[in-house]
Amino acid sequence: MHIHAYEKLWLALSIVLILALIGTVTYGAVGPGVAMVADSQSTIDAGGIDEDERFSEPRVEQVGENEYEAYVVAYQFGFEPTPIVVPANSTVTLQVTSRDVIHGFEVAGTSANTMVVPGEVSEITVETDEPTEYGIVCNEYCGAGHHVMEGKLHVVSQSEFENRGGDSE
Amino acid sequence: MSTALESERTFVDKFPDEARVVRAAFLSSFFALFLGAVFGIIQTLHRTDVARIIPSTDYYTVLTAHGVFMVISFTIFFLVGLFTWALTRSLDRPLLNIKITWTWYGLMATGMTLTGISILAGFVDSIDMSADVLYTFYAPLQAHPLFYAGLAVFIVGTWIAGADWFRTFLAWRRDHPDERIPLQTFMVLTTMTMWYIASSAVAASVLLFLLPWSLGFIEQVNPTLTRTLFWFFGHPVVYFWLMPAYMLWYTVLPKIAGGRLFSDPLARVVFVLFVLLSTPVGIHHQYLDPGIAEGFKFISMTNTMFLLLPSLLTAFTVVASVEYGARKNGGSGLLGWLTNLPWRKPEFTGMMLAGLMFAAGGFSGMVNAGMNINYLIHNTLWVPGHFHLTVGTAVALTMMAGIYWLWPQISNKPIYSSQIGLFQVVLWFIGMALMSNAMHAQGLLGVPRRTAEPEYSGFDYPTMFGGFEELNIQIAIGGTLLFVSTILFLGNLALTMGNPKVSGLAEPLPSPVSGAEDAPKVLDNLRLWVSIALVLVVLAYALPIAAIIQRGGLLGPGVGTYPVWLAPLLDALADAAAPLVGAVTDASGSLAEVVR
Repeated sequence: MHIHAYEKLWLALSIVLILALIGTVTYGAVGPGVAMVADSQSTIDAGGIDEDERFSEPRVEQVGENEYEAYVVAYQFGFEPTPIVVPANSTVTLQVTSRDVIHGFEVAGTSANTMVVPGEVSEITVETDEPTEYGIVCNEYCGAGHHVMEGKLHVVSQSEFENRGGDSE
Repeated sequence: MSTALESERTFVDKFPDEARVVRAAFLSSFFALFLGAVFGIIQTLHRTDVARIIPSTDYYTVLTAHGVFMVISFTIFFLVGLFTWALTRSLDRPLLNIKITWTWYGLMATGMTLTGISILAGFVDSIDMSADVLYTFYAPLQAHPLFYAGLAVFIVGTWIAGADWFRTFLAWRRDHPDERIPLQTFMVLTTMTMWYIASSAVAASVLLFLLPWSLGFIEQVNPTLTRTLFWFFGHPVVYFWLMPAYMLWYTVLPKIAGGRLFSDPLARVVFVLFVLLSTPVGIHHQYLDPGIAEGFKFISMTNTMFLLLPSLLTAFTVVASVEYGARKNGGSGLLGWLTNLPWRKPEFTGMMLAGLMFAAGGFSGMVNAGMNINYLIHNTLWVPGHFHLTVGTAVALTMMAGIYWLWPQISNKPIYSSQIGLFQVVLWFIGMALMSNAMHAQGLLGVPRRTAEPEYSGFDYPTMFGGFEELNIQIAIGGTLLFVSTILFLGNLALTMGNPKVSGLAEPLPSPVSGAEDAPKVLDNLRLWVSIALVLVVLAYALPIAAIIQRGGLLGPGVGTYPVWLAPLLDALADAAAPLVGAVTDASGSLAEVVR
């Protein structure tokens, strides 16, 4: 098969580009340790999340020094708790599940983003920095009221967080 | 087949029965394009809050109609028309039995009509039927059974179409045992091979789970399983949209440019790569799904990146073929040859602009495929921005441009106005440049896709690239230009159909510079490629699907049913929201206008 010299060069450069792209993702995983939403949590009975210790009372709780867990429930058409209040300069692990259909959970303008599937628990870990307020949008169509489904994430100072007693509501 | 004879006779002269099927398929395709464009302009103006002529709760009916009519009906009807033309033309023999051909056309038309009715009924309150589940129909949102049944009938129609072409090819093979498969036929057969593999999963999802569930035979489904089966189909289907455009770029564009295809063997390599790689990648649409292990996502990512290869090769071959034509017609210089191209022909300019936008879409696609940076843009408006460059321009604009060349061949009627055609394809390019660029930018701000009202009461988007409002204006202007362009295309075609028939329109396709005789014979060994493709699919999907079933069960971990089509919908919503406080109850009570 005859392949033009320029085409061979193009082919070689294409393969370099592809390997480089795979390389960036691999580096992201093993270097900075970018973790994917995955199967870290076991399944949950979507109809029975009111009996689940984590989600019967959606909240933020401290689990270690400067480490927090947020248990969030998505439903047609909102998030609980709202706002989600977390302290600044801390590590927050969000566990998000749905009580009905598939939703999205996206802290607008950031890479904190996950699908929320009934029967599964999505786990993402984020680092907060300065106190600020973010919007949370459901970014997967979930029914006729999808566009009214929103939440808030408030990052507050450590002292303000402690004055709230560590609970978000 | 003698060249002299072909140069005198058009396709419709030689194959009048097949030409009638091709025209019928194209007209079905463009009817869907018209409906899709109407819903497109409604939704663009609604989302950007320029004009809201429907309540926001109906936005999702509009969005479902736009999606299904555009990417199932418009694209696939065009494909079956083009492939019928290409296979018949390149084998130079009629289809085996035209009744079978009309049968699959009839099945596809019936199926799409049923699905279309189920969607459009959503606008009529007095009919207790709707299918506001969008093009992806993720369970546990549930459509009316007619929606799923129509899709199943439509897909069966495409399967019979493929069988029709394969049988005609085999009959040709008996008469020509030692000849290479003609290039266009090779493209048809490889694309249909991919389609059989890919569509088997969505057929399984519809027939085993979604249709029985919508009819009440089973109580619930596993949302991750049906979603995974959808994306098993949902990624290769984008190549099913794209391969007709590739066929036109490889086999027609060089001719229009005044030259010949640069390399037949590499065209075959590209189509074989699509057979092998287009299916074992669907999990890249599920990078953000819980319940799927990271390793499976990584495998899918790797395959996805290699899937760039055939498109990068195509970029080279197509540009080289066009340059060959330009230089043959006196073009010279490093870039000076660009002036020796037929830019006044809408079929040429349309395809070139489509290819240019495909390159841009390819780069935004690399971002989507990048498993980690994808987190920034997943399910944001970036994603529709991306696929309006690919399917919305690379495919749609190539199809429209292709018609300016192809319609005279299948009807003996000259195009009504090439000037309007040229204006139309350039208008599409400008409209899409505005709309798609602004959609990408809004995506980076975090603006979600698939929502009637992307402005929220509790927060403002950060300001970049001119801000949310300014980008909205660009989207609205772009969408309007696209709508005008579509109407000009359809009007031009309608006037063309009113033209009298003439003779002397035939434009035979030239053979490639490097022909089939240069291609290794193994490339034509379809059995081999199918076997390897199936192995890759099993490697990519067997373990994830087994794990999903093991985790959640075949019918899901206690997930309910959320019909979008029953009258009790509002009651169900109210019940779900009852325990919740304040604003939430308001929201579910009247769903839409309340919160703002």
